[in-house]
Amino acid sequence: MKIKQVSVFVENQPGRLVAMLQALKDREISIQALSIAEGSDFGIARMILSDVPKAVEALRTAGFTIRETTVLQRDMPDRPGGLLEIIEPLAKAGINVEYFYAFVDPTPGTASIVFKVSDPDRAEQILGA
Amino acid sequence: MIWSPEYETMPRESLEQLQVERLKSLVARVYEKVPFYRNAFKERGVTADSIKSVADIGRLPFTSKQDFRDNYPLGLVATPMEQVCRIHASSGTTGKPVIAPYTANDLRLWTDMMARTLTCAGMGKNDVMQNAYGYGLFTGGLGFHYGGEKVGATVIPSSTGNSKRQLMLIQDLGTTVITCTPSYALILAEAATEIGLDLGLTRLRLGVLGAEPWSEQMRNEIEIKLPIKAVDIYGLTEILGPGVSVECSHRCGLHIFEDNFLPEIINPETGERLPYGQVGELVFTTLTKEAMPVIRFCTKDITSLNAEPCQCGRTLVRMGKVLGRTDDMLIIRGVNVFPSQIESVLLDVEGVEPHYQIIVDRERHLDDLEIWVEVSEAVFSDEMRKMEALQKKVKDEMEGTLGIGARIKLVEPKSLARTEGKAKRVIDRREL
Repeated sequence: MKIKQVSVFVENQPGRLVAMLQALKDREISIQALSIAEGSDFGIARMILSDVPKAVEALRTAGFTIRETTVLQRDMPDRPGGLLEIIEPLAKAGINVEYFYAFVDPTPGTASIVFKVSDPDRAEQILGA
Repeated sequence: MIWSPEYETMPRESLEQLQVERLKSLVARVYEKVPFYRNAFKERGVTADSIKSVADIGRLPFTSKQDFRDNYPLGLVATPMEQVCRIHASSGTTGKPVIAPYTANDLRLWTDMMARTLTCAGMGKNDVMQNAYGYGLFTGGLGFHYGGEKVGATVIPSSTGNSKRQLMLIQDLGTTVITCTPSYALILAEAATEIGLDLGLTRLRLGVLGAEPWSEQMRNEIEIKLPIKAVDIYGLTEILGPGVSVECSHRCGLHIFEDNFLPEIINPETGERLPYGQVGELVFTTLTKEAMPVIRFCTKDITSLNAEPCQCGRTLVRMGKVLGRTDDMLIIRGVNVFPSQIESVLLDVEGVEPHYQIIVDRERHLDDLEIWVEVSEAVFSDEMRKMEALQKKVKDEMEGTLGIGARIKLVEPKSLARTEGKAKRVIDRREL
């Protein structure tokens, strides 16, 4: 299914990540999934958050540059080949995965994947989510 | 040795008489040929007849870098284009460069001034001159080149960069004189150490160094690390290129070739002419140039003039080392850079906000330009690929406009220091 991801521009220096996390904590927003892409001078923190509008407001107030993006989220079985079953059909359909991050779901035996693809509508169709 | 003793050692009264004559005919000429000057002269009610002494130059209007931009590209040219036989250029305050056209006579004048310059610096016909100034639009390369040939030296047009090859030529061809920026002289010294070359065993003996500001400390460092006497030279594209002034062997100021370039020191606030010895902004009037004569060009360079006779025998006035600038121009690796140029590049890249900071540093003698750019939500992407493409785009555009490489660092918005609501644009960490 399609969900909203919040991305934050974070300079690569001590204290910036703390400032971002503090802004979320102060508004009691919980981070459900997180990945950071790193460049040499800065990183892009991508997060799935408990309350997107509140988080966006909190982060902007704290002075961060942010971007809301629609990404796909999907549950999958936590076993060998689980991820392959999702990615392979996309590759066959010529859909490129820009990035993804995965985490183990609280439900035993289930994992979850958040990903951004070149064509989210078709990807959703193919995966039947 | 003195290249043109008749002019360089002329008694000052005769020199002033020559200057007045040349100034009168210059005023008449630009009044007739250049609408920009004609209008400015009319406004002040001055004509050639107003000039009776050198001091009367104070009645003429100033010309600024802005006037060059307003009249870009060829609005200040005083001769028909078919008489212009070469054009050089240097960076202006925005994307457009300052254009420097030369007639055949101008090129002869330039070559003569460079022959005087190199002779004054201590070079002779038996020298081998390796010219590591950039060849191209920049006036340094060709200016030195033709002057060196005129003196009768052997000229090696090695141009900038490729230190190993420079060192090879110094060794194999017996280079005695190196001409380059002071910082490049130090880079060469380091490169020599790296490859285990003792420059003391080469024939190097003289360096004619300029195109960027440098201190006495830097001169000492150069003379310790290289077996050369380091001589300072000054010039600017609007006036001629290199060949406006140079130190003699006594190194007590730079002799200005006053028979062709009339210097003044003014108070930059009031425009008032200041007497010899006082520090202010240096102003030049070209007395003999044809293609683009300039009346009272404000250089923004801060220095003073000294008309006491020099031990070398030259009667020409000497300018002190340039102490600073009245504007925000930076000289990075010999190239003029204005913060306003950087701003205009950023404004041209869609979505990028003109919030930036310029950090200039000198790493291992090489000036390093870093530009910090704030990332706005308009350009921020969750994909690293797009962010890197943005960084590269800004970098490429910047290099295209400035003519030198710059490191682009993307930073968080409002992370750049703002003082009294206005950003502090330039941090220059170089110790000159």
